[in-house]
Amino acid sequence: MQIPAPFDYERASDVANALALLERHGPESRIIAGGHSLLPMMKLRLARPEWLIDINDLAELEFIRRDGEELRVGALTRHTALLESADVADLFPIIHDAEQVIADPVVRNRGTIGGSLCQADPAEDLSTVCDVLRAQAVIRGPDGERTVPMSDFHRGPYETAVAQNELLYEVRFAIRPRSGSAYEKVERRVGDWAVVAAGAAVGLAADGTVEEAAIGLTAVGLDGTIPEAEAVLLGQQPHEELFVEAARIAAAACHPVDDQRGPVDYKRHLADELTRRVLRRACARAAGAQEG
Amino acid sequence: MQISMAVNGDEVTREIEPRVLLVHFIRENLGLTGTHWGCDTSNCGTCVVLMDGQPVKSCTVLAAMADGHDIRTVEGLAVGGTLDPVQQGFMEEHGLQCGFCTPGMMLTARALLDRKPHPDDAEIRQAISGQICRCTGYATIVRSVQWAAAHPPGWDTETDAGTDDGGAAGTTAEEVTA
Repeated sequence: MQIPAPFDYERASDVANALALLERHGPESRIIAGGHSLLPMMKLRLARPEWLIDINDLAELEFIRRDGEELRVGALTRHTALLESADVADLFPIIHDAEQVIADPVVRNRGTIGGSLCQADPAEDLSTVCDVLRAQAVIRGPDGERTVPMSDFHRGPYETAVAQNELLYEVRFAIRPRSGSAYEKVERRVGDWAVVAAGAAVGLAADGTVEEAAIGLTAVGLDGTIPEAEAVLLGQQPHEELFVEAARIAAAACHPVDDQRGPVDYKRHLADELTRRVLRRACARAAGAQEG
Repeated sequence: MQISMAVNGDEVTREIEPRVLLVHFIRENLGLTGTHWGCDTSNCGTCVVLMDGQPVKSCTVLAAMADGHDIRTVEGLAVGGTLDPVQQGFMEEHGLQCGFCTPGMMLTARALLDRKPHPDDAEIRQAISGQICRCTGYATIVRSVQWAAAHPPGWDTETDAGTDDGGAAGTTAEEVTA
């Protein structure tokens, strides 16, 4: 029977209270939201907090809100809510693509965007998605609020810019015209971590050339996006040869490891193939957005 | 710590350690062993219960996190001795073999039908995709849920559809209700 080691538990009543509890209980206290990453790690003693601060009552952290040229998503927003949001599907189809393959429908009822990002598992899908969308993480702490680009948010496996006495408050996505994005993952079975997954986002200029491009890969040892692959697309009309070249560079840039999900050459092949597919789809979606 | 929650409509209060998982609270503290405990890693889904009407894997929820919430287990499906249509459907369409995954499957099915009374087969398969039947009886589970969709509560007292109940096998809810 897997049971976590003993800990104390307290429920936060609002964000200020959650921050006060983190401060009071010190370095061995941790926030719990959906719990679907943290509790399994606690059962295995890979995590052993002395205090759990439950933020599930913080309705103020659960929102998907279009605010001018940004989409703002509260940290406690459940995967199911992201998957079912029409705004998300319309503005950032990559999030919709990814949410369909994150865990399974029952787990998605509990898991949150903030939990996924803060857990920062190297095979976690939303980290790649947020990288590719160049999202901004809004972090609150005892000294107030700060905004951190995703490139500074990730600090390596299981580490982020969120300090022990801070809380991820929301994630902001810039809404761009003539943009498109896509995510595709290969997994061994429903609900598993990615063998490899790829994400891409592009923004087109008025003449249809690529103005902005972002390419990211999941579970192959990369932090952040792949600028050298993105550069292939910039200033060009999207077409298949560019996708092939960008994918070749992305696959060469990643660092897959041999494990139970597959050997290195298979993963590199997937990185190549999946990058092509998401570039095709992201560009087609951007072109569709242009017409619309 | 002390927690209270509504379980199948009854308010319960117990003293627990914060580390107690909801599945063990339900089975051991409340003695409701219909909720099964399987993989312990939120993969198999046999421990699914409804929390405020939504399916959750109770091996990965602390009992403390359910404090103040509404929990429904398989014991809460039948009302006043009348089986829920989902339970009846699992009987009619042979939705179980060994029965280990059945409580979780039925609760997920109930939640699906509450949201979407006439799902297609793909939607049912999607809804139960986080739950494993090691007897691999998925085809009959899908048919069982379709039977329930075609026979909502009170179906046999309102219409003569009862004469057609055997016809639900292998057909979609749309065909049955058409």
